[in-house]
Amino acid sequence: MSKLCGWMPEDAGEMMQTLRYVVFRDVLLAMRRRADVATTLFFFVIVASLFPLGVGPEPKLLRAMAPGILWVAALLASMLSLGRLFAEDYADGSLEQLVLVPEPLALVVIGKVVAHWLVSGLPLVLISPVIALQFDLPRDAIVTLLLALLLGTPLLSLIGAIGAALTVGVRGGGVLISLLVLPLYVPVLIFGAGAVDASAMGMDASGHLSILGALLLLGMVLAPWATAAALRISLE
Amino acid sequence: MKLNWFKYASPVTFYPLAGKLIPWFALAAAILTVAGLYISFFVAPTDFQQGESYRIIFIHVPAAWMSMFIYIVMAGWAAAGLIFNTRLSSMMASALAPTGALFTFIALWTGALWGKPTWGAWWVWDARLTSELILLFLYMGFLALHAAIDDPRRADRASAVLALVGVVNVPIIYFSVKWWNTLHQGASVSMTMAPKMAATMLLGMLIMALACWMYSIAAALMRLRCIILEREQQAEWVANLAKEPT
Repeated sequence: MSKLCGWMPEDAGEMMQTLRYVVFRDVLLAMRRRADVATTLFFFVIVASLFPLGVGPEPKLLRAMAPGILWVAALLASMLSLGRLFAEDYADGSLEQLVLVPEPLALVVIGKVVAHWLVSGLPLVLISPVIALQFDLPRDAIVTLLLALLLGTPLLSLIGAIGAALTVGVRGGGVLISLLVLPLYVPVLIFGAGAVDASAMGMDASGHLSILGALLLLGMVLAPWATAAALRISLE
Repeated sequence: MKLNWFKYASPVTFYPLAGKLIPWFALAAAILTVAGLYISFFVAPTDFQQGESYRIIFIHVPAAWMSMFIYIVMAGWAAAGLIFNTRLSSMMASALAPTGALFTFIALWTGALWGKPTWGAWWVWDARLTSELILLFLYMGFLALHAAIDDPRRADRASAVLALVGVVNVPIIYFSVKWWNTLHQGASVSMTMAPKMAATMLLGMLIMALACWMYSIAAALMRLRCIILEREQQAEWVANLAKEPT
């Protein structure tokens, strides 16, 4: 094993352990307050259910609008839960301790983003087929929606983490974060909804999904780094 | 003699230099605007397809250019401020932001005025219009973040990170919007299909673009001087400046 991993730095194991610890801690904290997790989920469900009341129950219209509605609802739900990412740790001082961890800060950020996705992104992905049924989406489109959300929601957490880190300890942070993050969500929205749209029209959605995947990879490389820089600035 | 590149990197030395430069840029902006407007209204011929309404491009296109260019320059200054920890660079970035936002707004507004007689609609979800709108949102985010943080140094650095993230995202946003647009609606409206421009039209547009450049520099420098005075109000040289008879 040690021969196989010869290229890895000595403390790679320690880094993995730190990562696991940060993820575990954040998920545990979230599980102690399950109501917060449920709030995000129900927000998603309620927003998606409001649209038919607004535009009318015409099935054809709803089927055409469903991809966009579901994605916008997912975007808003993910954004609303960003406040929990750093704000509470900042308030009780544990964020400063996390910054002092000997491992790179970007690693801690990755751990927190993973936890955020597990708590607020994944439940949303899992419940989305039920809502898609309400909008009478065809089966193929539901599968695509599931895949697109699976690729897209981690990206939302990654991009959102930058905004959350920039607004740590800033007054009016909650409203400000939407102003910072929503314009950056645009590509995710376009390709995510585009994939579902294409598949609902009987076309191949793999192009959209590939781009979403590429964006996710790009985000995974760049976003933790930018988030770490932003956190250091916010805490100095 | 060794040239000191960093002489004007300090607010103390840059403040008077900016004061000396502003009149020249303002004068150049005024002359170029008058010349450009004269060409655009009296020399350039009437367009055979669009009639007189096309003349709005003489402000619309330069404004759109400036809006994108200023964002890049602003991000460049912000990055310089972040990397070299120079106060003046960050001040320059925050001095440029309102001018950039202004040009973005002008580009959108004049675009709407042009769109109504030409396309029959104030707004269409064209790729360029949409990405320009998102650019305006990015400017607003930069300004809002800077305004929300009380400590000016922290505000500079935080908004610098945001500007850099924005600069990485602008091309992604542009191409995704472009692709989205071509998927959703046919090319009913296309600005790239415009007929070849007459030379005088192009000349008028270029002169107006130069005028916008000069205006942007003058306006940014004026705002920069205000920011310097505000930030350095505890400094001795500002106190001496205030004592001087005007």
